[in-house]
Amino acid sequence: MVRADFDRSLEELQGELVGLGEMVEKAILKSMKALERRDLAVAYEVISEDDQINEKRFELEEKCIDLLATQQPLAVDLRTLLAVLHIAVELERMGDYAEGIGKICIIIGDDEPAPTPLQLPQMAKMGVAMLRGSLQALVERDTDLANDVWDSDDEVDALYDGVCNQIFLDMGEHPKAIEASTHFLWVAHDLERIADRATNIAERVIFMVTGKIGRYKPPEERE
Amino acid sequence: MQEQDVILQSRRLTVYYDSKKAVTDVDLDVARNRITSIIGPSGCGKSTLLRCFNRMNDLIPSARVEGQVLFDGLDLYGHDVDPTEIRYEIGMVFQRPNPFPKSIYDNVAFGPRINGFQGDMDEIVEKSLVRAALWDEVKDRLKSSALSLSGGQQQRLCIARALAVEPRVILMDEPCSALDPIATLAIEELMRELSEEYSIIIVTHNMQQAARVSHYTAFLMVEEERVGFLVEFGESRQLFTNPEDERTEAYITGRFG
Repeated sequence: MVRADFDRSLEELQGELVGLGEMVEKAILKSMKALERRDLAVAYEVISEDDQINEKRFELEEKCIDLLATQQPLAVDLRTLLAVLHIAVELERMGDYAEGIGKICIIIGDDEPAPTPLQLPQMAKMGVAMLRGSLQALVERDTDLANDVWDSDDEVDALYDGVCNQIFLDMGEHPKAIEASTHFLWVAHDLERIADRATNIAERVIFMVTGKIGRYKPPEERE
Repeated sequence: MQEQDVILQSRRLTVYYDSKKAVTDVDLDVARNRITSIIGPSGCGKSTLLRCFNRMNDLIPSARVEGQVLFDGLDLYGHDVDPTEIRYEIGMVFQRPNPFPKSIYDNVAFGPRINGFQGDMDEIVEKSLVRAALWDEVKDRLKSSALSLSGGQQQRLCIARALAVEPRVILMDEPCSALDPIATLAIEELMRELSEEYSIIIVTHNMQQAARVSHYTAFLMVEEERVGFLVEFGESRQLFTNPEDERTEAYITGRFG
């Protein structure tokens, strides 16, 4: 009893999921480039390219549904398909945050009422690293890597708190920049959510590998 | 599982056909008022194990049983145990529906009559057919031949016939393998209802069925050196989503051998 066709389909599916992850990563980096350089052309690209991310997510969902219906998977196969289904949604939502940052770029426009807070590119960099780490954990079925992603989220949260405080201070000191600062708050929020979604992916990877559904646990509470 | 929740227990149960082992050292606890599935590849001893639970193997001259089967603490293979009595307590439903070439009524009344039942036979027939979810379909033609029923109805009649002698356990040996998907689902639905009052053990080749219907699942395997040994036993939900043994994983995901 071998299931060569099914095995191939599962592998292809995971490959396509990683591909979707790469599209999302590109979107996040591009949206930050647009923000830092006040480059509206790039911002419009991010917004228009989000459709492709959405389409890919639905394509992946359909493939999962087909395999669930036709292969009646059990055990690790079942968990893999459920994880892919879940992760595709997480990735698509991460893409929406990148699109959201693109839209904020357009609202801010190409003038410079206030400089972009330095923590924002740093948060984006960490979010992208977490995204990559979570997908690598998926491919390698590595729960340690998935746990690392979880652990990184605290750092992003700390950056988020820091940037919010700084933006509030800026608002007090530069009332003319209040509007732009409000937009930066939204960007910070989007980036914080991107990192959260990466931890959700890590959670699904741990479920896929171990069969255990659970929320984040700090290192000292892990088995 | 708590002691009082266990109705049947096998201990180091080994079965030979002549000198050939068919089941090796099986320790299994069967839960009261629950459904337990036995799964495994062809020739792994599933049906042989099932038949040990009501001494049906006694009817196969070459079969020899070692070890113990305890039925609420009673050793089924003890010297003073009458296997016929045991089979009233522990009924059986087979792969192919096997109604007698008699009326629907007489099929259900068969066991109680043989037992010398003196009470209200109509009542026991109706009660058994209701429990087997067949009453509404046959109540106006109880005198018709059982052979006029469809396959799925015949199987439910066989279940009614087993229920008529008030068993505590029902053994089912691939009860749906000769039935279409709709009749199969009807039997599965019935099994869930019956498990409130009876303990059920089912042997099935259909893993999805085991996953759908049973509370507990036992996975038996056969290797070159060993035949019919228990690899894993546990809650079906756990066994089918996250089995502990990699051989179980390989079997239920269809990557066995």
